[in-house]
Parts: sequence; C-alpha cells; structure tokens
Amino acid sequence: MEFVAYVREASEPEDLPPPLSSGTLLWARANLFSSLGSSLTTVVLVALAAYLLPQLVAWATSHAVWTASDGAACRAHQDGACWAFVAAKWDYLRFGSYPLSERWRVDIVEAIGAVLIVWLLWTNAPRRALGALLFFVVYPIVALVLLHGSSSLGLPIVDTLLWGGIFVSLLTAVVGIVFSLPLGVLLALGRRSPLPVVSLASVLFIEFVRGVPFITILFMANNMLPLFVPETWTPDRLLRPLIGIVMFSAAYMAEEVRGGLQSLGKGQFEGAMALGLNYPRMMAFVILPQALTFVIPGIVNNFVGLFMDTTLVSVVGMTDFLEAMNNAIKDPVWSGPTIMVTGYVFAAIFYFSFCYGMGRYSAHVERILAKGRK
Amino acid sequence: MDLARDAKRSSRLNDQRVRGLFYQILLLVCIGALACGAVYNAAINMRARGIPMGFGFWNEVAGFEINLRLIEYSGLSTYGRAFWVGLLNTVLIGAISIPLATLLGFMIGVARLSPNWLLSRFALVYTTLLRNTPLLLLLLFWYNAVLKSLPGPRQSLSIGEVVFLNNRGVYLPMPVPRDQAVWFAGAIALAIAFAATFREWARRRQTRTGAQAPSTLIALALVIGLPTVVAAAAGAPFTFDIARLSGFNLTGGLQVIPEMAALVFGLVTFTAAFIAEIVRAGILAVPHGQSEAASALGLHRGLTMKLVVIPQAMRLITPPLTSQYLNIVKNSSLAVFIGYPDLVQIFAGTVLNQTQAAVQVMGITMAVYLVISLTVASALNFYNARYALKER
Repeated sequence: MEFVAYVREASEPEDLPPPLSSGTLLWARANLFSSLGSSLTTVVLVALAAYLLPQLVAWATSHAVWTASDGAACRAHQDGACWAFVAAKWDYLRFGSYPLSERWRVDIVEAIGAVLIVWLLWTNAPRRALGALLFFVVYPIVALVLLHGSSSLGLPIVDTLLWGGIFVSLLTAVVGIVFSLPLGVLLALGRRSPLPVVSLASVLFIEFVRGVPFITILFMANNMLPLFVPETWTPDRLLRPLIGIVMFSAAYMAEEVRGGLQSLGKGQFEGAMALGLNYPRMMAFVILPQALTFVIPGIVNNFVGLFMDTTLVSVVGMTDFLEAMNNAIKDPVWSGPTIMVTGYVFAAIFYFSFCYGMGRYSAHVERILAKGRK
Repeated sequence: MDLARDAKRSSRLNDQRVRGLFYQILLLVCIGALACGAVYNAAINMRARGIPMGFGFWNEVAGFEINLRLIEYSGLSTYGRAFWVGLLNTVLIGAISIPLATLLGFMIGVARLSPNWLLSRFALVYTTLLRNTPLLLLLLFWYNAVLKSLPGPRQSLSIGEVVFLNNRGVYLPMPVPRDQAVWFAGAIALAIAFAATFREWARRRQTRTGAQAPSTLIALALVIGLPTVVAAAAGAPFTFDIARLSGFNLTGGLQVIPEMAALVFGLVTFTAAFIAEIVRAGILAVPHGQSEAASALGLHRGLTMKLVVIPQAMRLITPPLTSQYLNIVKNSSLAVFIGYPDLVQIFAGTVLNQTQAAVQVMGITMAVYLVISLTVASALNFYNARYALKER
C-alpha cells in the first residue's frame, strides 16, 4: 500500500474580509443602524438635517443682504439675513453713545485687556505672576482713568450715561471677575474659619445672595444702595449695578473655592503648621495655590455664567451689548422681521463664541490638571 | 520649671484664643457700624425724599391692572393683593416649567447616551448651543422676533382649526366639564384604587412564590380602559371650547398670553440643556460593573435600568437637579424684561415705582425667594441624609 503524503507549498489566497466587519460600513452598522429603532432614528434625523441645513445656510449666506444703506433692501428680501444692518450699527453696538472723538480710548483699553487675558490664560506663558498683578491691580486703574477721563491728563471726562455696547458688557464681566475672585476667596476662607462669628457672617452672606434672583440684587444695588449712604456719596449709576454683580458673583465664587479647599487633604494644613507658618502664610503659600489650581475649571465656568448674567444689567438702565442691539432693532430706518432676527442671531453668535471659548479653555485646563494628578 | 517661666513670659497677644476673640469682636463692630450707618442714612434719606417708612402701603389701592391673574384682582385692589397675584403667577410659571424641563432634559440626556451616533450628536449640539446662550437673549428672541411678529387675530395661524397662534398669544381648546364628568372622575378614582390593590397583591405574591405578573400593563389597562368605557356608556365628560373669531379678536378657548408662552418656552429649553448634562453625568457615574452584575443575575436591559442603574444614578442626579429647579424659579424673574406679570415685575417693578418704598418692597421680594430656596434646600438635606450611600 502506497502512502500518499500531501504537502502544501503555497498558501491559499486570502479571502477578503466580510464587508461588514471593518471600516466605515461596520461603524455605520454599529452606530447608526444597530437596531430597527436606531435605523428609523437615523433616517428621520438625516431627513431633518437635509431639509433644514440648506435653508439655514442659504438664509445666512446666499439669500442674505450684505450691503445696504437702509432697511428697504432687507424688507424686500424676507428669506435672508440682513447683515448690512449689523455692519451699519457696528459702531453703535461696540461703543454705545461714547463720543466719536474719544473712542480710541476704548480701543486701547480693550487691546491692553486682550493682551493681559491671553498672558493669564496661556498656561506656559513666562512670568504669569506679573501678568496677574498687572491684570488684577494696575489694569483696573488704567482702564478707569482712560474710559472715564481725567482732567489732569488732558483727557475729557466722558459721562457714564454715554457708555454702552460691547465694551460695557466686557467691562462689566471684567469688573465682576477681578473683584469677585478675591472677595470669593475671602468668603470661602471665612466660611471654613473656626471662629464662629466669622463663619456665620460668611455663611449668611453666601446663602442670602445665592438664594435670591440676580435681578433682585441689581434692583437692590440700584434702588436701596443710594438710601444707605449719605446723599453726597451716592454711587454713580454705572457703579451701582457693578457692586451688585461683584456681590452676586463673589458668593458663587466662594462656593467654588470652598470645594477646592475641602478637596485638599488634612496633611497639607498640618504640614504647613508643622513648618511653623502662621495662618496668612499657610493660606498664601501652601493651601490657596493648590486649592485654586484645583478649581480653575469651576472658576472659569462661573465666569461663563457671569458673562451671560451681564445681559441683565439693562434692567437698571445700563446699555450693555444686548440692550444696544435692542435699541438698534427699534431704529425705524432699520425695522423689519428679518432685521430683528438677524440682530438676535448676531448677538447669540457673539455670546456663544465667548462662552464656548471659555468652556473649551476650562476643559483644556482640566485635562492638563488631570495629567498632573495621575 | 523652664516651661512655666516661658509660658509666663510669652505675651497674651500670642494666644490663639485671644486673637480669635479680638478678630471676631472687630468684625462684629465693623458689621454693626455699617448696619447702624445704613439705618441712620436710610432714615434721613427716606424722610428727605418723602418715602413711606412703614408697611402702610400694603393696604392702599394699587390702581393698576394686571393682565394675568389667578385670583380676583382689579385696579381697585390693594398693593397687598397685587403681591399675591404676582407671587401666584411666579408659582404658575414654576409649576408649568419644572415638569416640562425635567421631561425634555431627561429625554435629551438619555439621547446623549444613545448608541445611535447621530442622535447623540444632535443632543450634544442642543446642549452646547443652549448652555452658551444667555437666557435673556432666548426670551427676547422668542417674544419679540417670534411671538410678537405673528400675524394679528384675523390672520391667525391655526393647527387643525383647534389651536390658534397670533400676536395676542396661543389659543388652546379649553375643556368644559359636562354633567357626566362626575361619573368620569369616579371611574378614574376607582381604576386607580383597583390598580393599586392589584399591584400590592402582585408584589406580595412575588415575594411569596416568585411568580411575576405584568402589573404595570394591567394597571395601565385599568386606568385607561375603565374611564374610556364609562365615557362611551355615559357620553363624553368634557366638551372643548375652541377659540373663534368674533369681530377683531378671538374669543373663547384657553388664551396663553405671549409673555407667558415665551417665558415658559425659554425657561424650559434653556434649563433642559443643563438637566440633560446632569442626567448624562449621573448615569455615566454608575460603574459599568453594576449593569454587568445585573445581567449576570439574569435581569434584562429594562429591569437593569429600572432596578440597578437609575436608583444609583438618582442619588447623584437629585442634588444638582434640585438646584436647577430653584434656578427656574429664580430665572422666572427675567419676566420683567418681557412684561410677564410675575412677582418681580409687579411688586419689585410697578409697586416699587408707585410707592417708592424700595427697602420694604425689596425686603419682601427677597424674603419670598429666600424662603423658597431655604425650604427646598432643607428638603434636599433631608433627602441626602435619607438616601446617602451608607458605608459600613
């Protein structure tokens, strides 16, 4: 009997993988068509997007009116945005009624602010402590002198009644940030203080402010504050809502900082005390640097909320960006349904880009911090 | 010996307790001085400007009209009455917005976790857009650009000739009960009682024998079926009053004024975005091992969610969800921008302007919100203490 051996010398050609085991199709099956319900959802959503998106894009671009000298062209084109309106009102939206000849001062303040903020937010920037000092101490004074004017420097005084537009929104937000952070840190330390009177006073302030709507704080600052001080000290009508904002924001900031303080181990406090540091030094050199770094994302999210809340200051007569937009819309030369919608959409884009940007930044910092803690 | 001498030598100024006492007294003196100064100045300023000092204005005639009221009110009513009208309108907005925002928020939060990529992207776009746009902008947009720009009553938009939309508001059909409504209500009560008894019986049987019964289905069938049968037998319990054009305006129906529609719509869409994020974070925080263990025990997907994941997620969701509910109540004060007559608009707005009694009016307004906030906060503390994870 002959033994037949078979030795394979070449391998069989490989089969192609089944079409649904890899690549786009697999992804689509897993993520878009995994079940009957999922498939139906996908179809409905795609149809919805295919119906709405082109209309939206056309409204904002091809059907939009880009240049016009008044609202007539926009009233004739009811199916497109009226960007010409935004262009025509741009100066008013930025400066409000600030005198034309003095607007360069606002530009300078905004430019300095932008540089300082980039310096502070850029995590690898050199000498950030100096940047912080400039932003929190020097900048507010310079900005006040430039914006309000000073007769000794030859800058004409500009009454705060004339201030308005984007720069008032930014100013309100920056004042809120600059003053509420230190005040919030103090309140948070006060709340955690072993001294009963200090902690009770902090708790009462924080819980009171957090328990009432922002509008009532603004009303209070606007209507009650002038009653509580001697007639001659009555604060400026722009200053009153600013005081309200700082109070409001500080209470929320305090809770954020308290979270950071609570997350620190007891060992940090004990270690600092064992080194012989007294309370202010322990806080300044050991506790706060760690606690504040820990809650940077929360603080930035608070700033986002603060920036959105600045829209409410118009209730006490300040002309912020949104109020300026409201006024611009009421201009009879530029009136019409699409013009109004365009105005609000533009305002939404403005606020969204600021808030979304800050949110992305806080997520970025959170990732860096998470790396350090691993 | 040395120690005792050291203690004697060291000054009292370095004693922690003495310093603490000193700081506290200092703070008390500062606060006291501020308060006294404020009261003193307020007394002088209020007398100089002729502002009433007491609460006498409470019983004076208000003399202004309010276009939305849940209790009897006219121009001849008092300021006190106006306060209650405003407070009830604030409560009304909260009562309508909170359930709607919860529903929408949970739907979007769950959609965000959907295995369908497109759906979760849609939910992401929604939450990102809404969380980064000021609420006031949303309100102004809905009120000025949408609701106020609708055509007048004579050219009302209609949905199936039942719901009407025009620049004076949204007109919904208003149910008007007939005599048969009593039977109908009775049938509902009976059905609920039956369903509850049945569920209790099914639960007991399950603990005794392990046999399950489709109690939810049967309860649903009872609650829906019995009233339907009664309605079919005795005739419809309600007729619907639908708005119709008479002259230059729509009459009848349930008119929702545009201010209220815009406020509810803005609050619900805005808050839902925040609730969605809370729900998503809560569900994601339940470790995956929990659902794996549940399926190892033989629970199917629905039961895993109901019995294992949701109860654990709720512990994380409830505290921030409650603060969102408080936010709805506090944010409803933005009514003042679009003229919805809530507590702030009526009381801190119109009443304050007419009476000039800023201190009293603001005090009362803030006290109302504080009472609401503190009540909810203490209820939440009770909940936390009851349902907190008990580590043993």
